[in-house]
Amino acid sequence: MNEHVILRHRDIPDLKELKIYRDLGGFDSFQKAVESLQPSQVTEIVKSSGLRGRGGAGFPTGLKWSFVDQQNWPHYVVANADESEPGTFKDREIIEENPFQFLEGLAISCYAVGAEAGYIYMRGEFWQQAKTLDGKIKELEKAGLLGNNLFGTDYQLKIYTHLGAGAYICGEETALLESLEGKRGQPRLRPPFPPSYGLYGKPTVVNNVETLANLPRIIEHGPEWYRSLGTDESAGVKVFSLSGRINKPGNYEMPFGSTYRQLIYGHGGGILDDRPLKAILPAGASSAILKASDQVLDTPLEYASVRKLGSDLGSGSVIVIDDTVSLDWVIKKTVDFFKHESCGKCTPCREGTYWMSHLTRRIALDQKSSQDVDLLLDVANNMRGKCLCALGEFSVMGVLTSIERFPEDFGR
Amino acid sequence: MSDKVTLRIDEQQITVDSSLKIVDAAKSAGIDISVFCYHPKLEPVGACRLCLVEIGRPQRDRNTGEPLLEDDGSPQIYFSGNLETSCTVPVAEGLVVYTRNEKVLQARENILEFLLTSHPLDCPVCDKGGECSLQELTFSYGIPESRFPLEQKIQLGKQLPLGDLILLDQERCIQCGRCIRFQREIAGDPVLAFYNRGRKTEIISRSDPVFDSYWSGNTTDICPVGALTTKDFRFEARVWEMDPVPSICSHCPVGCNITINTRLDPKSGKKKIQRVMPRQNEWVNELWICDKGRFAHQFTSSPERLTRPLARDEQGQLKPISWKKALELASRRLEAAPGGLLTLVGHRLSNEDYYQLGSFTRGVGGKPVLNTSQAGGDLAARLSPAPGSNLLDAGPGTTILVAASDLEEEAPVWYLRLKAASERGASLIVMNPRKTKLDRYADQVIRYPYGQETKTLLSLDKKHPDAARMIAEADNLMIFFGSEGMDHQASLVFSQACANILIEQERISLPNSGLIPVWPGPNSQGAWEMGFTPSENLAEDLDQASVLLIAGADPAAGGVMPDLEGKFVIVQDLFLTETANAASLVLPAAAPTEKSGTFTSGDRRLQIFSAALDPIGDCRTDSEIAVSLAKQLGIDLVEGGPLEILAEIIKNVPGYETVSLAGLRQTPKQWPFVAREALSFTGTVFKNTTGIGTILPGVGETPVIQKQQLSQPKPGFSKGTLAVPVRRLYDQGVMIRTSEVLVPRLVDYQFVIHPAEASKLGLGEGDQAEMRFDSRTFQGRVHLDEGGPESVVLVPRNLGIPLVKVINASITGQKRPAAEV
Repeated sequence: MNEHVILRHRDIPDLKELKIYRDLGGFDSFQKAVESLQPSQVTEIVKSSGLRGRGGAGFPTGLKWSFVDQQNWPHYVVANADESEPGTFKDREIIEENPFQFLEGLAISCYAVGAEAGYIYMRGEFWQQAKTLDGKIKELEKAGLLGNNLFGTDYQLKIYTHLGAGAYICGEETALLESLEGKRGQPRLRPPFPPSYGLYGKPTVVNNVETLANLPRIIEHGPEWYRSLGTDESAGVKVFSLSGRINKPGNYEMPFGSTYRQLIYGHGGGILDDRPLKAILPAGASSAILKASDQVLDTPLEYASVRKLGSDLGSGSVIVIDDTVSLDWVIKKTVDFFKHESCGKCTPCREGTYWMSHLTRRIALDQKSSQDVDLLLDVANNMRGKCLCALGEFSVMGVLTSIERFPEDFGR
Repeated sequence: MSDKVTLRIDEQQITVDSSLKIVDAAKSAGIDISVFCYHPKLEPVGACRLCLVEIGRPQRDRNTGEPLLEDDGSPQIYFSGNLETSCTVPVAEGLVVYTRNEKVLQARENILEFLLTSHPLDCPVCDKGGECSLQELTFSYGIPESRFPLEQKIQLGKQLPLGDLILLDQERCIQCGRCIRFQREIAGDPVLAFYNRGRKTEIISRSDPVFDSYWSGNTTDICPVGALTTKDFRFEARVWEMDPVPSICSHCPVGCNITINTRLDPKSGKKKIQRVMPRQNEWVNELWICDKGRFAHQFTSSPERLTRPLARDEQGQLKPISWKKALELASRRLEAAPGGLLTLVGHRLSNEDYYQLGSFTRGVGGKPVLNTSQAGGDLAARLSPAPGSNLLDAGPGTTILVAASDLEEEAPVWYLRLKAASERGASLIVMNPRKTKLDRYADQVIRYPYGQETKTLLSLDKKHPDAARMIAEADNLMIFFGSEGMDHQASLVFSQACANILIEQERISLPNSGLIPVWPGPNSQGAWEMGFTPSENLAEDLDQASVLLIAGADPAAGGVMPDLEGKFVIVQDLFLTETANAASLVLPAAAPTEKSGTFTSGDRRLQIFSAALDPIGDCRTDSEIAVSLAKQLGIDLVEGGPLEILAEIIKNVPGYETVSLAGLRQTPKQWPFVAREALSFTGTVFKNTTGIGTILPGVGETPVIQKQQLSQPKPGFSKGTLAVPVRRLYDQGVMIRTSEVLVPRLVDYQFVIHPAEASKLGLGEGDQAEMRFDSRTFQGRVHLDEGGPESVVLVPRNLGIPLVKVINASITGQKRPAAEV
């Protein structure tokens, strides 16, 4: 096993101590950027590293930065630490165990887009982690690694944590910004996108915690090194959160191009009680559900190849389902989740998730009428492509794919 | 001006302003894209998803930027396969939009079905039934079968009071958020919000008092379903049973266009006012009216109305008599006192009433007087904004000065429109001795002590150079002036000082520039132009007259009533006011809702209104009374109804010669479209089919105002604590007090005191205080507010304290009654 890039604390005990992080070259990348690189050069390095956003959409990070409106100031960077997708728990581990690498990454991205304030938006349940980060931020300020005149230059940077109030939708970047502004967490219309109209109407980059944690290593070792870790299409490494009917659930860092087989049967130690693997939710509750097969298990994990299988890599929250679990139960769970989390702004999501939850309940409890599955399919199809944001669109993925790929679980 | 773009919508090529959204562009071309959350006066949110359309975009070569063409030479159009909300996508050159293809119609049907899963479908008992967007669209697009089981429908609160005037039905609510956005964006009172999320989302108000806004009724007009309804209309009538009568609001000088909905009341067999709705006039009130205009209509049918003439009998009691006897009695007394008549009028009579009463008064050698201390009607007649004016045009380049008026309380729709003008970029200067709500939108706020208004205005250059610069550099300049804290003399000089700014800046007879008095009533300007002007000393004039004819005025309640010994006092009014109660003869007058006529607004728009009801009882219009009296005395007045009198006004009154009936009734096409063809677009606001009125041109020579005239008159008070009469929208004037639905909103305090002053006096909120003036003692309830100067007690008018001018006050505290502590 190579050394971890993101989950480095697994190789180095006490990496969360600033002294240890510093001794290993921590914050040298930030210093190097501020002292010797232009912000645009940093952006170029990140662009050529091939780094893509780890929050789920996989948008090229450097490209996003380059969209920041240079005519409108100030700029902001917001770290998305809302981590709310069911089955995702990678950012929490990074924040808890390798916080300085994340904070250094945030600092580098702030420098790259010219932001002098960075915000960390954390889900409300992360109040302990927020407290920890506040302490770490203070340490950095004391050490002169955050604050005014950084490394003797004009550049200054402050970082703040902010806790949400328990809403999945606030992981959606524009709802997150609304919430950060103190408003009701509901998605904004896009366009305009945050790089032109973001926090307080100013150009803003929103990056996931894991994305940011890559940056110090990319600056340290260079983009070529990073690209060498993954595949042509998906560079670098990815932390997968593995859960479900699995022997060893947990976070596992793998280079892109690894396979589900390596993840599930290698890292994860196989299925509980050695039962047969039935289905994979590659991206948490938002997933299009994959029917397990050798082809699926041996497909190299890349953004494009998972899409070819008929799902999405998403944030890498892999939930495995064995033959003891019926898919009608699974989608009852996911639909209930989306019903609970729908912000209520747009009609199809507000009403559709409510309607679907009635239907999935009837179906899972075996109280369905002969038309209920057809009706569920119809409702899900009627929601598709009509919702204001991705939440509503995600809520139907599991429903549609499970009925299509596991008809026997729905009595079809 | 913005650019034009050409696009195709449903195979129709249209060229429109590039600032429009697709939904507006389609609407303007007569293509209806249904909406729930979108409203052309509000920011789009794209929430309801009903307006989804398919949009194709012309393709360009990535390298050269040149348009890509199909083989046949037509532009290559790219369709993403996704539908997009037409309320959020701006038009662009070459777009191809489909609003009714199969995919779009399917989506519309889907969205409607989603909405109906939670909707109670209680249309038979819903006040909105018959004018409900959801009902209409379900009729047009909805699928006939309900796939959501009735017994699983969500059950939520019904008939919840969202405020004193508005009820919320949570089951009917479709979470479009129009009400929330109206309150935030248009009204500037963000007192509504969403609470909870998902299907549990509900509308709440957390203000104190709840839904604290003068604009709440408008949310019921734009609510696309029956979720928000008004208290006065709930369960009262079906919309299709009612007659729409075009009218003009009679509560303030703005002249809002309204529609009075009447219906034959099965119990009484008579017509009854069921509700008052806004009627579109983009030049006056756009789509909005204030809650006073909407709800203060119940006075019309109040049991307190006078219905028969009353005469004082030998025992000194007012007893009913016939009209014939009443008129004989009046004419006998008038004949016996040649030249001794003073006719005092209030502010709610029509021009036709004023014209006839004025002609009659002058015919017997009497004196016509308008019951106000505010001056400047003549200056306004000369310097009003010229035809072509519209406050909607006020933006960058326009400067608006609001002086000595609390506009939100005195003329709410002007407040609303000046707020919007300021947000569009107009420079707003607010000048007042105390804080007013309009200050929020002002670029410059100027404070001055009571009694220093003219001095302050004259020293703008030196003391407030920024404001002076805004005035000097303005392309368009408007001055709204009130008379808070002024007696007649002070108002006279102040109005001249205001006029002088316009004269110096040469802003005369220009559109969107001019002088606008904030009068106490709807037709004070009309009264002035029909010959009624304020008296320099009303008390003295009243004292000298031997016969008083008082029409729609209550000088006694204002503390201005002479010793009536030996005088014959005729009062024509709706109610037995304090003045009427002291009269020798009381004549029951028709309410503004019971007659037709015209009003001249403060900004001199002449507008026509129609009678919604027949006069109750034996009531007659003020002009009919004038004609009857004239007949008795052999004086010739023009015969006939309001239209004949208007023709006479047009012939004889300066400025009105430009008016024609056809002109008054002209209704240009207005944007946004309203009513039937645009129910989902703009709500239940009524369409204007009877005219937007005519702006009167400036009259006469431009006055020459000598600088030396313009010195601050010595105030009639000295230093120390002052009591200042001020206006409040919801005072306890008889027309508001008798409108039952408004009662919970009425002001319930008499003295507004600064907390610092109050603590000196040992007074707290709600305590009783005692004020002495004119050797009388008045008691009232205290309200604390730090908006005013510390040494000033504000005394709202019509709340029981008959204060008409600023005086030195002595106020003392009383213990709060034990029961309230």
